[in-house]
Amino acid sequence: MNTDTAFQQVVERVRAAAADATSLRLRGGGTKDFYGQPPRGELLDLRALSGITSYEPSELVVTVRAGTPLAELEAALAEQGQCLPFEPPCFDAGGTVGGMVAAGLSGPSRASVGAVRDYVLGATLVNGRAEVLSFGGQVMKNVAGYDVSRVLAGSLGTLGVIAEVSLKVLPVAPAEATLAFACSQADALRLLNEWGGRPLPLNASSWFEHAPGAGVLRLRLRGAVAAVEAACAQLGGERQDPVRAAAGWAALRDQRMPWFALDADGPLALWRLSVPQTAPVIAIEGCAAPLVEWHGGQRWYLAPPAQAARLREAARVAGGHATLFRVPAAQAADCEVPRFDALSAPVARIHRALMQEFDPHGVFDRGRLFAGDQ
Amino acid sequence: MNAPVTTDQHAQLSKAERQAQVVRALQAHLPAHALIWHAEDTTPYECDGLTAYRQRPLVVALPETEAQVAAVLRACHALAVPVVARGAGTGLSGGAMPHALGVTLSLAKFNRILKVDPVSRTAVVQCGVRNLAISEAAAPFNLYYAPDPSSQIACTIGGNVAENSGGVHCLKYGLTLHNVLRVRGFTAEGEPIEFGGEALDAPGLDLLALAIGSEGMLAVTTEVTVKLVPKPQLARCIMASFDDVRKAGDAVAAVIAAGIIPAGLEMMDKPMTAAVEDFVHAGYDLDAAAILLCESDGTPEEVEEEIGRMTEVLRGCGATAIAVSTSEDERMKFWSGRKNAFPASGRISPDYMCLDSTIPRKRLADILLAIQEMEKKYNLRCCNVFHAGDGNLHPLVLFDANDPDELHRCELFGADILETSVAMGGTVSGEHGVGVEKLNSMCVQFTAAENEQMFGIKRAFDPAGLLNPGKVIPTLQRCAEYGKEVVRGGRLAHPDLPRF
Repeated sequence: MNTDTAFQQVVERVRAAAADATSLRLRGGGTKDFYGQPPRGELLDLRALSGITSYEPSELVVTVRAGTPLAELEAALAEQGQCLPFEPPCFDAGGTVGGMVAAGLSGPSRASVGAVRDYVLGATLVNGRAEVLSFGGQVMKNVAGYDVSRVLAGSLGTLGVIAEVSLKVLPVAPAEATLAFACSQADALRLLNEWGGRPLPLNASSWFEHAPGAGVLRLRLRGAVAAVEAACAQLGGERQDPVRAAAGWAALRDQRMPWFALDADGPLALWRLSVPQTAPVIAIEGCAAPLVEWHGGQRWYLAPPAQAARLREAARVAGGHATLFRVPAAQAADCEVPRFDALSAPVARIHRALMQEFDPHGVFDRGRLFAGDQ
Repeated sequence: MNAPVTTDQHAQLSKAERQAQVVRALQAHLPAHALIWHAEDTTPYECDGLTAYRQRPLVVALPETEAQVAAVLRACHALAVPVVARGAGTGLSGGAMPHALGVTLSLAKFNRILKVDPVSRTAVVQCGVRNLAISEAAAPFNLYYAPDPSSQIACTIGGNVAENSGGVHCLKYGLTLHNVLRVRGFTAEGEPIEFGGEALDAPGLDLLALAIGSEGMLAVTTEVTVKLVPKPQLARCIMASFDDVRKAGDAVAAVIAAGIIPAGLEMMDKPMTAAVEDFVHAGYDLDAAAILLCESDGTPEEVEEEIGRMTEVLRGCGATAIAVSTSEDERMKFWSGRKNAFPASGRISPDYMCLDSTIPRKRLADILLAIQEMEKKYNLRCCNVFHAGDGNLHPLVLFDANDPDELHRCELFGADILETSVAMGGTVSGEHGVGVEKLNSMCVQFTAAENEQMFGIKRAFDPAGLLNPGKVIPTLQRCAEYGKEVVRGGRLAHPDLPRF
């Protein structure tokens, strides 16, 4: 890696930025530009840092440079019958592995199999002093020093340039089935929590209304053939055509379903509420029913940004937090509503101090993650 | 380095004065029985599970409420007194070894299970609750807490959080990190703080990931929300013998390559097998060069399918004998030796040193053979027990601590294993932590800049550097004195630094 020209260029760019107090906007495929506070600074395109460095299927580990297209990595894993079980969303073509880690977003299976951070085993980053640092490694268990590589998941580039990551991968489950149940949101939440307490191969779920009052719960099972078949027999519901179901889950993951479509000039934005899976139905005044994922743990709402206080309070009461996930294009430039919930005073102090320790010259756009803190 | 115990009389005097000052400050916040400082009372706290390193603390505080924990931390912060949090003291790397001029904060009294919620499959427990007690409390709901370190009957969840403890089932069920939702505790200044939450994520940086495995250096944990998982309906275990360690190592890789994630995949070498058989009489194959224990759990259908596939792979890799447990009693018997590897070693040697490095799975046989060579080089015996599925080794080097030369050779042997593991692409600690034991080895795994960045993280959480100082991260000076430094990519981290 050290001899790599593209990598040296990144290091030099960071070094120069640190020297002349320039702020850099780190970017891979740009498929998540909408996420977090609006990005600022001089563009540093990381797509040249590309390629799978090492991959040994029997080790269940892949080491890959950050600019590698996610699609390329997933294709290489699929060839060996393996996958990233957390189903990272790509939203659009061109998303990179670095962007996946930096955004820390996980797909429909997250509640059952874990998040991006749970699969990060190691990382090489360039901090704001242009130092090249490696943490973690390529092994499953590693408690030597602080778990820095996992903190990079969801850091939105505020701690450094993620140059390379090692990820735990898993075999593709031998069997899969999707069941559909017509039911209300309250029934869907009750069923999901009930099933969760039983040894069933649950993997993903979604509930939303196709028309007002016409809710459908979809449940995806993944696991051993015998376990999936036994669960299907036990749970009932209507078994979905596997090809159509797979396309449906992918559309949900990438928010390509009509439910997520925002009118560019309209008032509604996409809100994400992350709450305990057992939180009851959360009704927001003036809002249509949410789209529920993660067995109740992730609930999407369509509401104007100005409804922030109401949504944040509802999430807080339920024991979670709210993110202003996507703002319609016409409003994006002037929207002053913070994308993320405020942090508690001691946690905010640690954030400021950590960012200062990793990036004393302010090379990275810490405002992307941490509103009101330049 | 930890603050050295000085024998200088002047320092002794000031130490006594310091002790009186700290006792006075803490007496204002704690009942009399919750504060001890006389040598005869503090001696039981002088070490944790790593008994080779001992240090009596200045004072031991045993708070009973969170308000008292906060008050102790505030008082210590005001006086700039180091604080070393302690759970059950079962840690194996000296993470809870006291500071000579510090307060040991024993959290043993925080032993209540606050909530077991079968609907959300979570439990909220105080930090001093024992690992196994969580699973016992969850058992009526057919749930359990998955990480199961060998010391689970004694070790506490607070200690598990500090060390990011694993166990024999973490290949399939994850480490502490993967099974904890929320940690509540206090900063070094005594301010309440929470990492994570009841939801699956929290806003901002994932500080929970930093807090877990931070060995008590970033915050003091008092309460933990853990995930509970449904108990598998059935578990069965295969015991396979191999006449060659390389075949056994290859079999481990082959099982994984076949797309199987066993619930447990463990390996014992011949000397270890002999030691445990003598202890538990489980009927292990004493002629085997290595034994693999390979477990499947799930529904009866799943287990049958998986046991069939695993048996086929193990046979294909040249297993000389294969037994499959047919009852829960028999499964427990298969595991009994593995779970008793440490006490069994204690019976065949006055002392043993347990190592904890991790390597890529494919190097299992290589490291076993390398360790066999080291036995000759250092003239000491070594028994090997591995969490093979994770590539996590626990070589047990047998020695007699009363023989200074044996102790010295044992330390060299251990360092050699750790450095060989790093050279094979592994790490110096898989699950026991760095503590004080592996500080030197950290110089081999991390560059000076990497260690300095970790010091930066420590400063961000604990600007005064009072929580468990001197552990986990080696100073630049220490690494220079150790004389070993990482050279990565053909360049020296600090070419300007003088070498000794």
